[in-house]
Amino acid sequence: MRVSKWLVPTLYIFFLMLPIYWLVSMSFKTTNEILGGFSLFPRNFTTENYVKIFTDPTWYWGYINSLAYVSLNTVISVAAALPAAYAFSRYRFLGDKHLFFWLLTNRMAPAAVFALPFLQLYSSIGLFDSYLAVALAHTLFNVPLAVWILEGFMSGVPKELDETAYVDGHSFPSFFFKIFLPTIAAGIGVAIFFCFMFSWVELLLAKTLTSVEAKPIAAVMTRTSSTSGYELGLLAAAGSLTIIPGAIVIWFVRNYIAKGFALGRV
Amino acid sequence: MNKTVNQKAWFFVLPVVILVAFNALIPLMTVVNYSMQETFGDNTFFWSGVRWFEQILQSDRFWASLGRQLFFTFTILFIEVPLGVAIALTMPKKGPWVSVCLVLMALPLLIPWNVVGAMWNIFALPDIGLLGKLLNSIGFDYNYTRQTGDAWFTLILMDVWHWTSLVVLLAYAGLVSIPDAYYQAARIDGASNWKIFRFIQLPKMKRVLTIAILLRFMDSFNIYTEPVVLTGGGPGNATTLLSIDLVKIALGQFDLGPAAAMSLIYFLIILLTSWIFYTLMMRNEEQ
Amino acid sequence: MAKITLNDLRHSYMPNPQSPADYALKRLDLEWRDGGAYALLGPSGCGKTTLLNIISGLLIPSHGQVLFGEQDVTRLPTDARNIAQVFQFPVVYDTMSVYDNLAFPLRNRGVPEAQVDKRVRTIAEMTDLTGMLRQRASGLTADGKQKISLGRGLVRENVNAIMFDEPLTVIDPHLKWLLRSKLKELHQKLGTTMIYVTHDQTEALTFADQVVVMKDGEVVQSGTPVELFEKPHHTFVGHFIGSPGMNIIPCQVSGGQVHVADHKIAVGNAAKLGSRNGMFELGVRPEFTSFAAAGLPVKVAKVTDTGRNRIVDTRLGNLSIKLLVENDAVIPSEGAHLAFDPGHSQVYDNGWLAE
Repeated sequence: MRVSKWLVPTLYIFFLMLPIYWLVSMSFKTTNEILGGFSLFPRNFTTENYVKIFTDPTWYWGYINSLAYVSLNTVISVAAALPAAYAFSRYRFLGDKHLFFWLLTNRMAPAAVFALPFLQLYSSIGLFDSYLAVALAHTLFNVPLAVWILEGFMSGVPKELDETAYVDGHSFPSFFFKIFLPTIAAGIGVAIFFCFMFSWVELLLAKTLTSVEAKPIAAVMTRTSSTSGYELGLLAAAGSLTIIPGAIVIWFVRNYIAKGFALGRV
Repeated sequence: MNKTVNQKAWFFVLPVVILVAFNALIPLMTVVNYSMQETFGDNTFFWSGVRWFEQILQSDRFWASLGRQLFFTFTILFIEVPLGVAIALTMPKKGPWVSVCLVLMALPLLIPWNVVGAMWNIFALPDIGLLGKLLNSIGFDYNYTRQTGDAWFTLILMDVWHWTSLVVLLAYAGLVSIPDAYYQAARIDGASNWKIFRFIQLPKMKRVLTIAILLRFMDSFNIYTEPVVLTGGGPGNATTLLSIDLVKIALGQFDLGPAAAMSLIYFLIILLTSWIFYTLMMRNEEQ
Repeated sequence: MAKITLNDLRHSYMPNPQSPADYALKRLDLEWRDGGAYALLGPSGCGKTTLLNIISGLLIPSHGQVLFGEQDVTRLPTDARNIAQVFQFPVVYDTMSVYDNLAFPLRNRGVPEAQVDKRVRTIAEMTDLTGMLRQRASGLTADGKQKISLGRGLVRENVNAIMFDEPLTVIDPHLKWLLRSKLKELHQKLGTTMIYVTHDQTEALTFADQVVVMKDGEVVQSGTPVELFEKPHHTFVGHFIGSPGMNIIPCQVSGGQVHVADHKIAVGNAAKLGSRNGMFELGVRPEFTSFAAAGLPVKVAKVTDTGRNRIVDTRLGNLSIKLLVENDAVIPSEGAHLAFDPGHSQVYDNGWLAE
């Protein structure tokens, strides 16, 4: 293959990796080295920042909290989206197109607009500072997304599959769980990926709806930069660690990322 | 696909409707409520009609934020969409490198937004950041915390870094769905590379590109966390985008009425633009 | 325009092919005259599309040469070969009108607009697209789109060859007939070399003057439809062409004599058997098999009516032998005997016609 073909993606990936490298490299530096001046590589290689995170409960609980509400949100979003996506892909019903658009509008809702009303809403029903509160709040944008992706995949499955199953004597639940879901397993994988992703990266709502018990790692980080001075190394280590769950998830769905978008319908 | 008319399908969508309605309608009503009332912080409210809307629409501050917001959104769209398409076009289509490319490119998308902000904050620091140090050492007087131009440059570069991959993934998905026969036919028809792009690749990418533009439009209009962590809206108000301004008013000054009115105006702008996109797209699909 | 010669052509998709099994195309030597209508016939995966892509320049063969006339074009890119190709699934430029689609190959080559217009209109007339020239190509049905693909293949004048890669796959059965005869007609009108790839024997036999039958990357026989029918060079050809296919019956050969179940059978290639002795195969088509007063004793197992005639499935032990009989012919229920037309019965040695 021609060199020019390789050049563009390589340069782009190099550009993407630079800030990440800087973050990771900084996480292995001591605070003194960071503030002392510019250095391309950690001179006094230290894992002190990571040790602190793994031994301090406020830090590692931040991770557990984040993973907890993200997982809860993913389960709720995909579970609710599955039957809805099936309905959109198979049936026409009163107001289906408007409903679909209305769902999508919620994907557009600015978190900033909803932050305060959410705080009041979830406080009033006693869910403030719980995993469920954040998980439910994130369904606002994840459910429409999951419906959208799953609908695309389901539309790709010929209707004959449903009909054959009924002829073979399957009841609807038995068809749906034993035949249909395995058929669109790839689509479910992609939906899980995107739900996980958008719940994991969101901070504004997660921070607003929690105080102590369910505080996400991202919020713990903001506290660090404001209260305990300028602990850049620690911040960098915490930040580096937040990349890992995402990277693991991408690795699992790498073959479906591109496909998931292509099949989605607007 | 031919769909059967079945009103019972509503039962299938019911969980989604309840979930989203709970999350969307109740807060939205709260916002509408606030936008027409006045409070002095003691839980007593007075009807204020459309006064807050008038106040917002007449304030220079709102128009300035909106202006910055539009500038930001269109700048990043103009950079990210062509760049993303160009990168997707040069990506390998088969082989082991595809996975490597996709995984590395998708990485920025999965980093929590405040970490993205923090990462760039550190990366661009003029004294100890790689980017800042580099720019200063080759002769630029670069300091994004003090100079407006530098702040904008960093903000846009960060967004390009963060989101171009989304366009790449979408465009790539569109490209790999083109059957080989199209390229072969074009070669036999004697088409140049430009004509292949113009008459095969671009039309086949149109749908995914519309999705890309729509998503990037919505998300860049909603952007909050990254610029707050990076520049805090500064220097001064130089990079205060709409959502930053909104949160400043709502949570900072606790001016619920104006904040709510501004929220609604803000939401309406996004909704209207998206609706136009959506209608255009549907019309395209029917053709 | 030129004749096409394939010299010792071989191709493997692997970087380092070892055994013959690694080759998608195994050794091919063919010569196609200018202006002929040829068909490449074979089951899926027999290498016919590979061969087509080598001729059109989409693939470069691992070994051997492709000559157009006297010119070696093996390594020339597609656009330098001056050939046209129509693919299995319709390829249309969605954003263009039907007219612009047809004009595309000409405009890319800088043909003057007046000439483009004339040519496009001629081709549109031939392919029944005249009424739709102004429409957007994306709005057409599958067979409309395939007509555009055909039209784009035909629009250039003086191409060395036009190749068709199973072009009628997506077309409705009743339209298939129409388009097929249209192609035949166009071939006669234009006089361009046409190479038609298909797995459908009817398409191949009705379209081509010369049919090349392929199997597992090899040419098993190249000949006129009549030759393929009357004298298959390989049991595969006998079985693949004809409906039902040729009967293949194990036989005993000794001293130039052929026996099936202890009955002596007269065969067309008896003189070629030479010193062969042992078990071989006898090939005889159902068309050349008939009921007789004496001969091979069989049991009638099944009779199928095809409308024109009847297919009788008989049994010799466990072996099925089929024959075609007239609709009004009497089918013996007991003590049936079969006779084979000696001129159309051949002995096959390891699949190949004994020669």
